[in-house]
Amino acid sequence: MNKITAPATSTLKVPESPEPLEHPMKDYLRTERFPHIWCSTCGIGTVLTAFIAGLQKSGLDRDKVAVVSGIGCSGRAAGYLRLDSFHSTHGRAIPFATGLALGNPELKVAIISGDGDIAAIGGNHFIHAARRNMNLTVICINNFNYAMTGGQAGPTTPQEANASTAPYGAYEYPFNLPYLAESCGAVYVARWTSLHVRRATKAIAEALVKPGFSFIEVIAPCPTLYARRNRLGTGLDLMRFYHDTAKIQHGANTKDIDIEYQKEIIVGKFVDKDKTDFFTNRNSFLQNKLGDKYIPYKGTK
Amino acid sequence: MKADPIGVATGNHFIDGDHACGEGAIAAGCRFLAGYPITPSTEVAERIAERFPKVGGMFIQMEDEIASMAAIIGAAWGGPKVMTVTSGPGFSLMMENIGLAVMLETPCVVVNVQRGGPSTGLPPLTAQADMMQARWGSHGDYEIIALCPNSPQECFDLTITAFNLAETWRVPVMFMMDECVGHMTEKVVIPEADQIEIVPRNFYKGKKEDYRPFNFSGSGEIAPMIKAGEGYNIHITGLTHDERGYPALDAEAQDKNVRHLVDKILKNEEKIRLLEEDQIDDAEVIVISYGITSRVSQKAVQDARAAGIKVGTIRLIVVWPFPEKLIRKLASKVKAFIVPEINLGQISLEVERYAAGKAITIHVPHAGGWVHDPNDILKAIKKGVK
Ligand SMILES: Cc1ncc(C[n+]2csc(CCOP(=O)(O)OP(=O)(O)O)c2C)c(N)n1
Ligand code: SF4
Ligand SMILES: [Mg+2]
Repeated sequence: MNKITAPATSTLKVPESPEPLEHPMKDYLRTERFPHIWCSTCGIGTVLTAFIAGLQKSGLDRDKVAVVSGIGCSGRAAGYLRLDSFHSTHGRAIPFATGLALGNPELKVAIISGDGDIAAIGGNHFIHAARRNMNLTVICINNFNYAMTGGQAGPTTPQEANASTAPYGAYEYPFNLPYLAESCGAVYVARWTSLHVRRATKAIAEALVKPGFSFIEVIAPCPTLYARRNRLGTGLDLMRFYHDTAKIQHGANTKDIDIEYQKEIIVGKFVDKDKTDFFTNRNSFLQNKLGDKYIPYKGTK
Repeated sequence: MKADPIGVATGNHFIDGDHACGEGAIAAGCRFLAGYPITPSTEVAERIAERFPKVGGMFIQMEDEIASMAAIIGAAWGGPKVMTVTSGPGFSLMMENIGLAVMLETPCVVVNVQRGGPSTGLPPLTAQADMMQARWGSHGDYEIIALCPNSPQECFDLTITAFNLAETWRVPVMFMMDECVGHMTEKVVIPEADQIEIVPRNFYKGKKEDYRPFNFSGSGEIAPMIKAGEGYNIHITGLTHDERGYPALDAEAQDKNVRHLVDKILKNEEKIRLLEEDQIDDAEVIVISYGITSRVSQKAVQDARAAGIKVGTIRLIVVWPFPEKLIRKLASKVKAFIVPEINLGQISLEVERYAAGKAITIHVPHAGGWVHDPNDILKAIKKGVK
């Protein structure tokens, strides 16, 4: 694999800045909490950037958007966003978000969390939220391992990849998350990598305004654990790898997009269909059955 | 504040404790319930599923009790009063997120219609063996409030109390029914809405930039809440946090955070206290009981009095926080406390702890599946006066 090396002498002139530079997204970030916990060249920050850009692009009122995370490095995302943001328990971001979204139906609730959080301990909640077509956008940051706890294998670790609890390589069959999401009923399914910031941003913007259950998997480097253990280089090296091996294939059959260790990654928008979301469906269904007796839930004043 | 008449089924009903609990929740203003079916609690959820669409409530049957508990916490931060309902195995699954509710100081009511355990135990038969789990079943140091009704009428009345306490103290309240009370059918009188006092959510009304979701000042004040979606941009975490809700991972922050969670309940025990005392002024022995066992004890107490024994009773309605000061005081006046309960020693150990050797504590255990034989309680009373 190619390594990116800095040129010996840089011709780039860095302008002197009398004022410290402001973060261009500072209005959306809890900058008072910086420095954040993430390692340098970790992919999670890129996903956060894509989320903020996607939210801006979506045209939604930011005060009506809430973010819920579970536990993990990815699960820290909620904590840095200046939105109503909730850091719940490991695996339970989706049911927490389900309650939040139903509790205040004016809200659009997004979940940003890791592969272990969403697909292992939270897997049951994931499939049921998709089945119900709950009005949620789930962004799963897939770094192929349990990073926060030190690089253990998880349900997305590709076979052969090394992890701290798979010291001879992983042998379990991993999940193909877009396939899982689609088969459970998700109305919007996409996969990007943290290299594809512009496309991930667009996907997030689309998903946020899409009623029902939308799912975006973002493959992201964990240079400190997954990459180091597997000698894949730095985050930048992995970005180069995504550049060289990711293949955009919109509308691909999700059955065919398994991820194998260090092989081609199929990315794109795979599903974008219309189906009445849980809340709207419940309302019209009960209205139909109960007529005048039905009082719809409208949240609290 | 008075109850919203929309939710109050005023009139005389002949219903069981589970249904009465459901009606109590609606009358209290609960409009969100997430649950998962389990004997002997399911009728509460069934009542709610039938009634909520007609009172503007949101019921959702989740995929399990872990999800149910997580969902009600999320929902509470969206504005409504919330509840979940379960029994033993489901209660066990809820524990991690009960801790989350404690940490986030989220008002909610968790109904546990107790059945025999451990494990699947005795699904349709009674027990009072989750009392310690109700207090400390989740990890870490914390305190909650737990109530034990002893009749369908109380399942209605005290469910309202449970909501009022949850909102006042921003704490999960465990509504510890037992299978007997849950499945017993009796007359339940539901009053007019204007006769029902409810505590509404204390929503913050000041300037947005000054809002703090938590108050750890030690002043005894409980911070008001907001609901998500109103531009406060709050952050709420189950990590140890400061008053802004931001993670603060050190021993000092831990001390402030956890002491607050414990102190707000324990230091207010006398305000939260709810119990019934009878004939304790000249009592030589006192029977302390709760839930269905308090009704079984009545027979034993009547017989003892008929035999000339000076026996008084205390019925705990709020079991947690435990009325430790009261027990300490009474311990120097009486010979013995008799504690019948449908477990092999839970609340009796608390009584013994606060009696501190000044009075003896006689436990009358029962492993569950049925209530006590009143004669066993009577025997213990007789032993206590010796
Ligand atoms: C109930 C529970 N079990 C285990 C843990 C420990 N834990 C914290 S984060 C984590 C895994 C996180 O993996 P992932 O969701 O992929 O996030 P990442 O750190 O990789 O971004 C685990 C197992 C926990 N916090 N709670
Ligand atoms: S351990 Fe891995 S996932 Fe976690 S912050 Fe570091 S690089 Fe990112
Ligand atoms: Mg991970």
